Amino acid sequence: MTLEARVPDGPLAEKWQRHRDRLKLVNPANKRRFDVIVVGSGLAGGSAAATLAELGYRVQCFCFHDSARRAHSIAAQGGINAAKNYQNDGDSVWRLFYDTIKGGDFRSREANVHRLAEVSMAIIDQCVAQGVPFAREYGGTLANRSFGGAQVSRTFYARGQTGQQLLLGAYQALSRQIELGRVTMYPRTEMLDLVVSDGRARGIVTRNLRTGAIETHTADAVVLATGGYSNVFFLSTNAKGCNVTAIWRAYRRGAYFANPCFTQIHPTCIPQSGDYQSKLTLMSESLRNDGRIWVPESADDERPPGDVPKEDRDYYLERKYPAFGNLVPRDIASRAAKEVCDEGRGVGPGGRGVYLDFADAIQRLGRDTIADRYGNLFEMYERITGEDPYEVPMRIYPAPHYTMGGLWVDYDLMSTIPGLFVIGEANFSDHGANRLGASALMQGLADGYFVLPYTIGDYLAQHMGEEPLATDHPAVRETVAEVEKRIGVLLAADGDRTVDSFHRELGALCWEYCGMSRSASGLRKALEEIPALREEYWQRVNVPGSAEELNQALEKAGRVADFFELAELMCRDALDRGESCGTHFREEHQTEKGEALRNDEEYTYVSAWEFQGDEAEPELHREPLEFEAVSPSQRSYE
Amino acid sequence: MRLTLEIWRQEAPDEAGRFVTYEMEDVSPHMSFLEMLDVLNERLVDEGEKPVAFEHDCREGICGSCGMLINGKAHGPMRATATCQLHMRHFSDGDHLIIEPWRSAAFPVIKDLVVDRAPFDHIVQSGGYVSVNTGSAPDANTIPIGKERADRAMDAAECIGCGACVAQCPNGAAQLFTAAKVAHLASLPQGQPERYRRVAEMVETMERYFGSCTNYGECEAVCPKEISIDFIADMNRDYLKSKLRGGESG
Repeated sequence: MTLEARVPDGPLAEKWQRHRDRLKLVNPANKRRFDVIVVGSGLAGGSAAATLAELGYRVQCFCFHDSARRAHSIAAQGGINAAKNYQNDGDSVWRLFYDTIKGGDFRSREANVHRLAEVSMAIIDQCVAQGVPFAREYGGTLANRSFGGAQVSRTFYARGQTGQQLLLGAYQALSRQIELGRVTMYPRTEMLDLVVSDGRARGIVTRNLRTGAIETHTADAVVLATGGYSNVFFLSTNAKGCNVTAIWRAYRRGAYFANPCFTQIHPTCIPQSGDYQSKLTLMSESLRNDGRIWVPESADDERPPGDVPKEDRDYYLERKYPAFGNLVPRDIASRAAKEVCDEGRGVGPGGRGVYLDFADAIQRLGRDTIADRYGNLFEMYERITGEDPYEVPMRIYPAPHYTMGGLWVDYDLMSTIPGLFVIGEANFSDHGANRLGASALMQGLADGYFVLPYTIGDYLAQHMGEEPLATDHPAVRETVAEVEKRIGVLLAADGDRTVDSFHRELGALCWEYCGMSRSASGLRKALEEIPALREEYWQRVNVPGSAEELNQALEKAGRVADFFELAELMCRDALDRGESCGTHFREEHQTEKGEALRNDEEYTYVSAWEFQGDEAEPELHREPLEFEAVSPSQRSYE
Repeated sequence: MRLTLEIWRQEAPDEAGRFVTYEMEDVSPHMSFLEMLDVLNERLVDEGEKPVAFEHDCREGICGSCGMLINGKAHGPMRATATCQLHMRHFSDGDHLIIEPWRSAAFPVIKDLVVDRAPFDHIVQSGGYVSVNTGSAPDANTIPIGKERADRAMDAAECIGCGACVAQCPNGAAQLFTAAKVAHLASLPQGQPERYRRVAEMVETMERYFGSCTNYGECEAVCPKEISIDFIADMNRDYLKSKLRGGESG
């Protein structure tokens, strides 16, 4: 099968409009006859489910939380980008497009990224109309701030809780459609498999997390909006429930998995404090607007930070990247932190930390201004560490945060399985090898409000008059049987190790060999150790309780089983990509200054992996990336 | 440090529950409260027992999943702190902690510390939104909104929907939750066209599930986002107006 991205022709800036003009439409009376399944209720899924229902489709929406309002989008702090140019600082659709494609280190599709920049403005309009309380100036206009990797102020925000407010906007729109009877909401329901029949996605198999009941739901199209897989590392900034299961099951059913090794490590997280650590907490990178990052000049400097005079401090980002300073993109800031810690200059317990210091900003702007900008983040930091960042510098260290990789989709956001659409973080489409700050919220809402609702119609229009699969169709029955068998095997293992103990070990392997820096020898080692550990998992895992009850250990066990398989693919992909780009840093491929060295000749492609069965290696397909409007350059933030 | 935990264990909604005592050794003061429970659960699984079911997800105090009564107090002893953000350094060696699920008839126990908070969703579904379809919005700067007004809307909109307000209220009332959503939208120009219809629908849905407010103020005291009880007065005023208008909107 060849990968057909279906990028429309014409000049870059006109592609989306031309495409929309040509997409097949479904007339309002017929929309009522189509069922669409949306899995996930975060920014992408919530906005898509609400919008599809507004258009007249019959929507079934699923989430594993007790309420659609709790998806992990809610934890996004910093903001959402849009090319509004409200600050008159020269921003434009082109600049947002260019920053995003450059920030992604030229490993994303031009046409997708340009479309994202185009629809960014309508997102802000929509959210304001819903009542999202964005920050305002005294004159009543919307406030903006700048964010890592950008030289204009295009980020809209709601204190440090932008994700929460945008998600509540989508959740409210979704709630309205539930009340109108156009969306059937299934909370506490987890998708465990995809039903594929005659090569098309026709439904899903779910587990009711309350009762344990295995159920099937069929429809004319399935939309996955199930987020990213950073929890493969066990310790990440993701919520504990975030998992790869929905997209992994779809991969096993024939959807190609793209760029699994593109995982983002966020530079500003609170360092780990002990072995019991269950997750890492992000401190919004907006802090880098005013905080200065430093470590002591010398490795044996044991003085408390306040006693280290300026001349003995190394403000290493400002030194190495004078043009962007502390605002360099995430991948660069993360690697620089690792580098100084590897040199033994890290601070705090274990030496894995750097200072993020607000003393200068407090002196310049006053404590009140800093409190107004970051008050809730400072409080959160103090709550977790017991230290007051107004008095002592914060300690931060990079942590897994976001995954640019995901299921491969074409320009219409459809996977290689017809009828299966993938939106938000779950797809691979817009961020290339590195995502810029405040772009995840933008992409989730772009896909859900303004892209998928158009493109899905084109698919559905081709299947007018067809009935959804009967729930006793052989394809459904077989899928249910496989799901039940798998649950049975996990419960029957009756081993001597907890799910978490395996997950921690897997996470440590991934972090060591496929984290901030990667090498061919390390990855080969990982490719031996991960399958061995997976074997052990299936033999020795201990999952208490039964399948017919609320069983959180069982939920975790299924997710970790899928993480094992994904981890292997992630390492395989990292090994294949013999270049450094964005967050993917291969030690063998760096410049003299230690920066990522791309190899455009050989690797200007999206890797798309096709499952070949448990016993065979997956097959790599390559979607070549063609750049017409920009020419890939060596990224420089100096 | 050493702690004694007395935790409510209940197998299923219709089964009787009971307190079970667990001794914890070597609790680090840097652990979060939920990490302490993780450690307990790992031990229970190793000992062949079922782990304690509790809800949690972001562990950053924003998703609103977590919540339990700790010595009778929703989210425990710290002001403005959700359970997941509570750290063990606020407890002392030898402490005896009683851990219970949210207490409210409207939030029945599903298992152990997990309760059903679906009525909150029903309140929002009955009117907690602006009826604007995707695509029909004017430019975002068309209507200026003063900073104070936007800040006030945000103060109300910060609610995480955890249910602590209900759990702590002697009447099991949900006024603070409902008022926060009402005030968020009533503070903004975009919320005006449906203002009175919204408050009427939401209050009446709330009353179907929850008890009445008699101004104890316990809700505000335990709210992890410190939502102000003043919003309840605003909601009551709007509700009265809606009745005087005979359900007319705007």
